Amino acid sequence: MRYAETGYNLEIDLTRGSIERVATDPRDTELYLGGLGTNAKILWDRVPPEVEPFSPENLLIFSAGLLCGTPATGCNRTIVSTISPQTLLMAFSMMGGFWAPELKYAGYDKVIFRGKSPELVYLWINNDTVELRNASHLRGKGAGETAELIRQELKEPKAQVAAIGLAGENRVYFASIEQGRSSASRGGIGAVMGDKGLKAIAVRGTKDINIARPAEFMELCNEVLEYIKFRNANPIEGVMPILAGLGSPQEMAVHDEKWHTENFMWGNSRLRRKDFWNQEVAEKWTETLEKMRTRLISCYNCPMKCGATISVPGLPTYMMKCFSKLTYTMAAMADLEFGLHIAQRATEYGVDGFSTPQVMAFALELYENGILTDTDLPGLPAGNEERFHWLLDRIVRREGVGDLLANGTYWAAKQIGKGAEAYAHNNIKKHEQLPLKLSMLNPIYFLMYATGEKINITQIEGQFPQAPFATREEREKFVKDWFQVPDEKFKQYLLDWEPRGEKSIPFYPTVPMCCDIVDWQERMHYIDDALGMCAGLSSFPLKPPYHIHNYPKFISAGAGIEMDEEKLTLAARRYRTLVRAINIRRGMRRKDEKPPENHWKKRFPELEKELLDTYYAFKGWNNDGVPTQDSLRGLGLDYVAEDFLKRGILTDAVEAASAEAPKGPAAN
Amino acid sequence: MGEKKRKKIKTIKVDVDKCNGCRACEVACSAFHAAPKYSSNNPARSRIRVIREPLKDIYVPVYAGEHARAECMGRDKYTIDGKEYDECSFCRASCPSRDLFKEPDSGLPLKCDMCESDPELKQPLCVQWCITDALVYEEREEEVEEAAAGEELDTGLEALADKYGLDKIMEAVARMAVAKKG
Repeated sequence: MRYAETGYNLEIDLTRGSIERVATDPRDTELYLGGLGTNAKILWDRVPPEVEPFSPENLLIFSAGLLCGTPATGCNRTIVSTISPQTLLMAFSMMGGFWAPELKYAGYDKVIFRGKSPELVYLWINNDTVELRNASHLRGKGAGETAELIRQELKEPKAQVAAIGLAGENRVYFASIEQGRSSASRGGIGAVMGDKGLKAIAVRGTKDINIARPAEFMELCNEVLEYIKFRNANPIEGVMPILAGLGSPQEMAVHDEKWHTENFMWGNSRLRRKDFWNQEVAEKWTETLEKMRTRLISCYNCPMKCGATISVPGLPTYMMKCFSKLTYTMAAMADLEFGLHIAQRATEYGVDGFSTPQVMAFALELYENGILTDTDLPGLPAGNEERFHWLLDRIVRREGVGDLLANGTYWAAKQIGKGAEAYAHNNIKKHEQLPLKLSMLNPIYFLMYATGEKINITQIEGQFPQAPFATREEREKFVKDWFQVPDEKFKQYLLDWEPRGEKSIPFYPTVPMCCDIVDWQERMHYIDDALGMCAGLSSFPLKPPYHIHNYPKFISAGAGIEMDEEKLTLAARRYRTLVRAINIRRGMRRKDEKPPENHWKKRFPELEKELLDTYYAFKGWNNDGVPTQDSLRGLGLDYVAEDFLKRGILTDAVEAASAEAPKGPAAN
Repeated sequence: MGEKKRKKIKTIKVDVDKCNGCRACEVACSAFHAAPKYSSNNPARSRIRVIREPLKDIYVPVYAGEHARAECMGRDKYTIDGKEYDECSFCRASCPSRDLFKEPDSGLPLKCDMCESDPELKQPLCVQWCITDALVYEEREEEVEEAAAGEELDTGLEALADKYGLDKIMEAVARMAVAKKG
C-alpha cells in the first residue's frame, strides 16, 4: 500500500481527448518526494529544451504535495509546473485553497496535461470517473464565475474548481489560475492553461488517504497545532508586526500599513513615500477595509486566516489574497478603495497581483515620457484610476497596445522599443519583482534574488531575520528558543550581527555565512513545495512550526519512507538541482542571475562577485552556475550529467573553479 | 413517575461567525474514526461537515445526528441576517435527500458520537482542532426524569390499538417475533 500519496497520476492528452490513470514508481517518491520534486523529474524527462511554452509538447502539471490530504495542518498546496511563456524557464507557481487535498481524495497525486484541445474544455474528476467536458459556454467568463457555474451544472457544490479567466484564455504572460481563495499566479501558467484550451479542472473525491504510522503521525500534528497556538499567543518581539506571527503576512487582518506604504515603492516601482501614512489615511483605509471585508478565511485544514472575502458595493464578492490588497493601490498612487475595487476585476480576469499593476504603471510611465502616445492609446481616459481600469481591460483582451503589454514589461519594452527598456527596470529573469528599492546592499538578499529560481523573493526568503536586532540582549532573547535552526552556528551568526559597524551589512554576515543562510532558507522552501506545505507555516515566517527537525518524522510516519535530516536535505538538493538543470538546459547562466540594477543604491561589485562565486561552488555549480558533473553524480543525477555532456553544456575537463572553492554540503 | 437521575449533557457550541471555513474539524473527525484510529483521512467520512458557501458568507459546521429513513415532506430555507441558507443547512440527519453523513462506499449512515472512546478524550477531537474557537465544548449536568420505559410503551401501544385494533397489533408482534428469530 502507498501511504500519504495515492500512487496514481492522471495523464490527459488534450489533443486526442484521452484520459489515462497511470501508476507511479514509489522509488521516485523516495528520491524526489512529490509535488515540485516529482514535477521537476517529469519535466526533465519529457519536455526537452526545444519545446516552446505554447507548444502542444509542453506539459502542464497540477500536483498535490506528498502530505496533502493527511491531517498535517496547512498542507494544502497545489504545485503547478510548466515552462513559462514569460521567463522561458520552468515555472512552478503554487496555490493553497482546497484543490490539492480533494485531488488526493479522488485518488490521484497529479494531473498531467499535454497537447491542445481543439475546443475549450474543462476536466471533471469525480473519483474514478474522469471526463473532458465542453466549456464553450464558459468562454470569457471570470475565474470565480466559472467555478460557480461548473459547480451548478455538475450539481456538485463540494467540487473544488481551479479555473482561468479571460487573461488565461488570451495567453496573457502573467495570467493566473484561480481557485478558492488562492491562485497560482507567477510565471504565466494561466496562459499555458489557456493555450491548451483548458478552462478549468473540477475535482471531487471521497476516498481515503492512508497514513503509515497513524498514532505517531497524529502526535506530530498535535505538536504542530500546540506550537501554532503558542506562537499566536507569543508574537516575536522586536520585528515589524507582519513578521511577528505565522501565516502569510496578515494583510487582510491588519489596518496599519505604515510599513508597506512607506517602504515599498509606488508607481512603476519608482517612488518611496516616507511620510505617506498619517492619521487621516489610517482612518480612511480602516473604514474601507471594515466596510468591504466580510470575513477572514483560511485554506484547507489551517487555522491561519490569511485571506478574506471582500464585497465591494456593486460588484460580486471575491476572495482576496494577501498583498494584492496594496499592489494595485500603490502602482496607481491611489487609495485602498480603488485597490479593492480593481482587484475584484483582476481576480475574475485571472491575472497575477504583482506583475499586473506594475505592467500598467509601466505603460503609463511610457505615456508620460512620450514613448507611448495617444496614437498607441486611443481613448485613454483622463483620470488616473480610470486609466488603470482601461488598461486592465485591454491587456486581458490583448486589444491594441494591450497586446504588447500582455507580454509583461520585459517583452513589451523590447517590442515597443524607443528606449522603453529602461522603464522595464524591475525584472529578474524577465519577471516583475516586488516594488522594493533600498539603500545598502544586503548580501543575503543579493544571493537569494540572483539565484532564486522561483524568481520571486517571498518564495525563497524566511527563517532568518531580515535585519539584525539592535541590541545584544534582544538577540540573545531571540536565539534562546530558536530550535528551528539546522545547526547551532546560525545562532552565532545572528548574535554577532550588528546594525552598524564592522559586523554589519554588506560585509557581515560573511560570504560563507551568507551561503549557509541562503541555502537553509531555500532548502526549507523546496521541502515545502514537495510536501505541499504552505510557506506561511514553514519556510516563510520566523520560528515556524515545521522545520528541518520534525519534517523527516512527518515523512516517515506519514508516507512510510524512512527519512532523516540528512536524507531529506539530500532529496531537496536533488530536485532543487533538477530545477536548475531544466533551466540551464534552456539557456539560463550566470549572466541572468542578477537583481535589478537599481535594487540597491550602494552596490559592491567585488563583494557581489565573491558572493556568487562562493555560493555557486558551495552548491556544487561551476562558475557559470551549471551543476558540475561531480555534484550531479553525487545526487544520483547521472542522467543530467550525461545530457549536459552530450549537449556540450559540460565538458569532461576538470572544473577548476569548483575544486578551489570552500567545501559546501553538495561536495560531501 | 420515573425516578430523577443526573445526566451529563455534552454540548458543542457552534459560533458560525468565528468559522474560517478550513474544515480542520472534518479532518480530525475522519482521522479519529478511521480503523485503526488515525490510519486514514477522508472528510467524506466525517461526522461533522462545514456547509460552506464563501461567496455568500455561509459557514455552518453541522454534526451528524440520527438517521432518517425518509426525507422530509417539504424543505425549508432560512434567511438569517439577510443570508439565505440552503435547504437542510442546519439539519443533522443522514437521509435519502442528500449525500451528507453517509459512508462513501457503503452508504451506511454516520452519527457523531462525541468521540467517545477509551481512554476518554478531554474534548471531541474536532473541538480540539478548531483553534479559531468556532467550536467550543461544554458539559453540564441535568436532572432528568427517567420515565419508566414500560409507561411509554403502554401509551404507545394504546394509541396503536385505538387505530388498528388490538388483534392486528398482536398479529404484527407475532410476525415480528418470527422474523427476528429468522
